[in-house]
Amino acid sequence: MLSQNEIMQTIQMIDQQHLDVRTITMGISLLSCAHSDVKTACDKIYDKITRCAENLVPTGEAIAKEFGVPIVNKRISVTPIALVAAAAETEDYVPFARALDRAAKTCGVDFIGGFSALVQKGMTDADRRLIASIPQALAETDIVCSSVNVGSTKAGIDMDAVALMGRTIKELAERTADKGGFGCAKLVVFCNAVEDNPFMAGAFHGVGEPERVINVGVSGPGVVHYALRSVKGQSFDVVAETIKKTAFRITRVGQLVAQEASRRLDTPFGIVDLSLAPTPAVGDSVARILEEMGLEVCGTHGTTAALALLNDAVKKGGVMASSSVGGLSGAFIPVSEDEGMIAAAASGALTLDKLEAMTCVCSVGLDMIVVPGDTSAETISAIIADEAAIGMVNTKTTAVRLIPAPGKQVGDMVEFGGLLGSGPVQAVHPFSSRDFVARGGRIPAPMQSLKN
Amino acid sequence: MKAIVTVIGKDRVGIIAAVCTLLSQYDVNILNISQSILQEYFVMVMLVDLTACTSSVVELGELLDQVGQERGLSIRIQREDLFNAMHRI
Repeated sequence: MLSQNEIMQTIQMIDQQHLDVRTITMGISLLSCAHSDVKTACDKIYDKITRCAENLVPTGEAIAKEFGVPIVNKRISVTPIALVAAAAETEDYVPFARALDRAAKTCGVDFIGGFSALVQKGMTDADRRLIASIPQALAETDIVCSSVNVGSTKAGIDMDAVALMGRTIKELAERTADKGGFGCAKLVVFCNAVEDNPFMAGAFHGVGEPERVINVGVSGPGVVHYALRSVKGQSFDVVAETIKKTAFRITRVGQLVAQEASRRLDTPFGIVDLSLAPTPAVGDSVARILEEMGLEVCGTHGTTAALALLNDAVKKGGVMASSSVGGLSGAFIPVSEDEGMIAAAASGALTLDKLEAMTCVCSVGLDMIVVPGDTSAETISAIIADEAAIGMVNTKTTAVRLIPAPGKQVGDMVEFGGLLGSGPVQAVHPFSSRDFVARGGRIPAPMQSLKN
Repeated sequence: MKAIVTVIGKDRVGIIAAVCTLLSQYDVNILNISQSILQEYFVMVMLVDLTACTSSVVELGELLDQVGQERGLSIRIQREDLFNAMHRI
């Protein structure tokens, strides 16, 4: 029999500590929708998505009510569109993005991801067309997310694609200048992208995945923060144990929701992503967890070690709670989406260089960082290259989601609203990387790739 | 299916009666009740059996919420599985 204490503990987590399931994401394969005629292909895409995900939102809402746990987002991820659109006789892939946007809105989901290309070892003609279509596609649509994988431990880093993505991000920012470069919040550049990630903007449905799948992303930085308050001043052994126990509980909720959604939607269960995903709400911040460990401000010396401990303990606690773990699984550090990160960046304590160091030990990368509008495409490319190198050498996923906000200077704030929050404009190095990026070609895969 | 009903709020006459009346109208069987007063706050936890229930959990949740709002209380119903998942291995 459950005790009253246990029941009240769960209710407090939901009411006061922001325990929620961040997303139920349905992955849908669109490989069957390829067609030489663009309109036919787009119609097939729209029909397949709306057929497969018809009941996703009502099912998610019913599960949330029955368990009394908020499910913040319902999302769809699809096969990278560069693969689906390759058969179409067209240079312009924007119609595919419009079809995704329409289908997602018909289903009532919050986001759809997969306007994507995987180019770690080189670009096909379709990949080039897709990347060329990204600025217009993301400027014209509302909830379509895009990702491009430019490197991997196995393949190295495609520096031509890195150079191209720097220019693409700049163009996208200009096209959405009226909204502070908001379009860039929907575009992420990966190294070692995973095929079953339920989180945006990087979700896509990999080619190794089944026809349809349910992936669930958990959340809960507030719950971890609260738990750590009860072990103030105690050793790191105690801190790690406390985080593990808390992560276990959070992940069990995700597993329960995933199984229930899988059963009701008659769709195979894929993975639970054990990520601590913050929101801009007070009490739902990863930065505040790091500060709870004894740092005056997130970003000061010790932050990387604190994050390494957090990331590892979250995985260890979560892995036993789920039958199948995948996605990104770790702590996220998106600046604009985390109240504590916003404060730390605005105070000058959290710099881009420190964030880069932190990405060596957390689950993703430089995420939702606003940089000055006059940052050059080459500088953005060089930042992407640095981040991809960290991912490539350490056999981990890294990502870059930068917003060069047009007309904004260091110290300005840019508002995105909702889960995307608001970000202070952060300084980049003023020295040029132009000749470095201009070289092109490939950075070879490291020795770690030769495992056979 | 079993569920947990929790009632939290300022103590006053008739809280248990109101909740139990509603539950009995929908053939919900109460298996266990624990109730306490913490710093003037009324906290009641009920384990209920919904096998014979004539309504869905979601509808029942909305009705209980309505009873709660009329009395300035937070009343909710959640499937027991959630608590078992979080607190039992």
